[in-house]
Amino acid sequence: MTLNEQVLPQRKAKRRKSFVEKTILGLNAAMEQSLFAEEKAQAKGLLQPIDPRVKVIGLLSLVFAAALSRSIVVILALFVTVIILALLSRIQIRTLAVRIWVPVLLFTGVIALPAIFITPGTPIAMLPVLGWHITAQGVAGATYLITRVLTASTFSLLLILTTPWMQVLKALRVLRVPVVMVVILGMTYRYIFLMLQIARDMFESRQSRMIGILAGPDQRRLAAASVGVLLGKSFQLSNDVYMAMQSRGFRGEVYTLDDFQMQRHDWLALLGFAFVALPAFWFGA
Amino acid sequence: MVLKETKLTDIVFECQNVMYRYTADVTALNGISLTIERGKRIAILGANGSGKSTLLRILDGLYFPTGGQVLAFGDPLTEERFQDDTFAFGFRRRVALVFQNPDVQLFNPTVFDEVAFGPLQLRWPKDEIRRKVTEMMDLMQISHLKDRSPHRLSGGEKKRVALASVLILDPEILLMDEPTAALDPRSQSQVVDFLVDWGGGAKTVITTTHDLDIVETIADHAYIFQNGRVVTQGLPHEIMRDEALLRQTNLIHAHRHAHTTGEVHVHHHLHGAHDHD
Repeated sequence: MTLNEQVLPQRKAKRRKSFVEKTILGLNAAMEQSLFAEEKAQAKGLLQPIDPRVKVIGLLSLVFAAALSRSIVVILALFVTVIILALLSRIQIRTLAVRIWVPVLLFTGVIALPAIFITPGTPIAMLPVLGWHITAQGVAGATYLITRVLTASTFSLLLILTTPWMQVLKALRVLRVPVVMVVILGMTYRYIFLMLQIARDMFESRQSRMIGILAGPDQRRLAAASVGVLLGKSFQLSNDVYMAMQSRGFRGEVYTLDDFQMQRHDWLALLGFAFVALPAFWFGA
Repeated sequence: MVLKETKLTDIVFECQNVMYRYTADVTALNGISLTIERGKRIAILGANGSGKSTLLRILDGLYFPTGGQVLAFGDPLTEERFQDDTFAFGFRRRVALVFQNPDVQLFNPTVFDEVAFGPLQLRWPKDEIRRKVTEMMDLMQISHLKDRSPHRLSGGEKKRVALASVLILDPEILLMDEPTAALDPRSQSQVVDFLVDWGGGAKTVITTTHDLDIVETIADHAYIFQNGRVVTQGLPHEIMRDEALLRQTNLIHAHRHAHTTGEVHVHHHLHGAHDHD
């Protein structure tokens, strides 16, 4: 058997990605997605320069308006609004489709699909083989559920894509989220990238010394060992970070600088959100 | 209790037979005695595990000796003393530590927040904090990174932000743990230039390193540590000439390589930046 003959079957087997490869790709994707979100948040669009507090209050109120609305017209109007806002904020329809619409349709669709058959009401069609009746009320219920979730989650994504995550956290302070919680969330976000980087380095170094695909038990052992090492490193890191905080005067209480200042365009944006949200609540009730 | 006001020529740190054990089996410092005067630039040299980083953490009041004692500005540094807010704030204002790994030190969401962290904890007025942070970022040439998250900075940028985050407090004493570790040559040179220029000679700087290339530039007195003890101390240029001592303390080693002529050559080799102690 030649060397090629020996290697080729392995290559065929390698078409299925190994556990390590999949982990590296997953870690890379997580880091890329965050970088993408940060880049979008700094683009020059309609929503990006608005005070994060206004965006949090405005977009969350639109999320609630969509979630509570009993009128499909209102929900669809809000859906059109979110698309217009996204386009004016330089976010492409494709981004919305890939990152939110497809997952929402998949997950909510699974829940909504049975409703079109099991909801009692006026039959409007029948499945040919199974003989199940599709009811008008069932279709209406499923449409409400999917459009509500689609609209509400698109508004949420719009907030994340037009505001750096740390600004979102800081803005949560206006919703009376305790400062300690905001700081903990901020530090978690900060260090999750460092741990992702360490994890990626660990898996890449493992990959560089591996040939072929690991068997299931070995994959589990590798995952458990990696988790253990990461836990140890994160423990060491947390001790060091605590000392670095102490070294600069931290005494157990957290003080932050809220450097938000409302400008004229922020007040206008707040009015704009109110102009959309209040009628949506009124007509959707 | 307020730290004693001291004269310009006073001793800032005095270590008296300082011991530090991480566990019963692991001794980091084994009877260190040294005195550091105000305005001096001190280099502490030693191989990995010689106790350099541990000493800096003791001098910064983060670890406390398991034996002997440390005096800062004439006052003993003990855990009990740091319970007192006035003492702790006074000490933190005067002594600052730059960690070897900047990721440890950059725990805030943005560069601006990072530089503002120290003054906020020391309860400076917020307007003054905003002004000082802006000035410090201009000085350290990091203004363009103001809103950036630390995980998106290069190694050199992280080091500059870490420096800015402690220098904003205008400390009298700067403790630097391996300042050139893992930096590219340009960033190393920027850090060294900073250490030379900072404070115009009025500030005390204590630097741990095993980058022997920078010792004569950044220090006017040097200590060599080995296994938690001071092996020797003196003027940097004299210490740098003592090859036998440097070899014995693992700061240099014989480097063997072949020339294109086929001749094999052996000479002493200095080590640059390495890992944490």
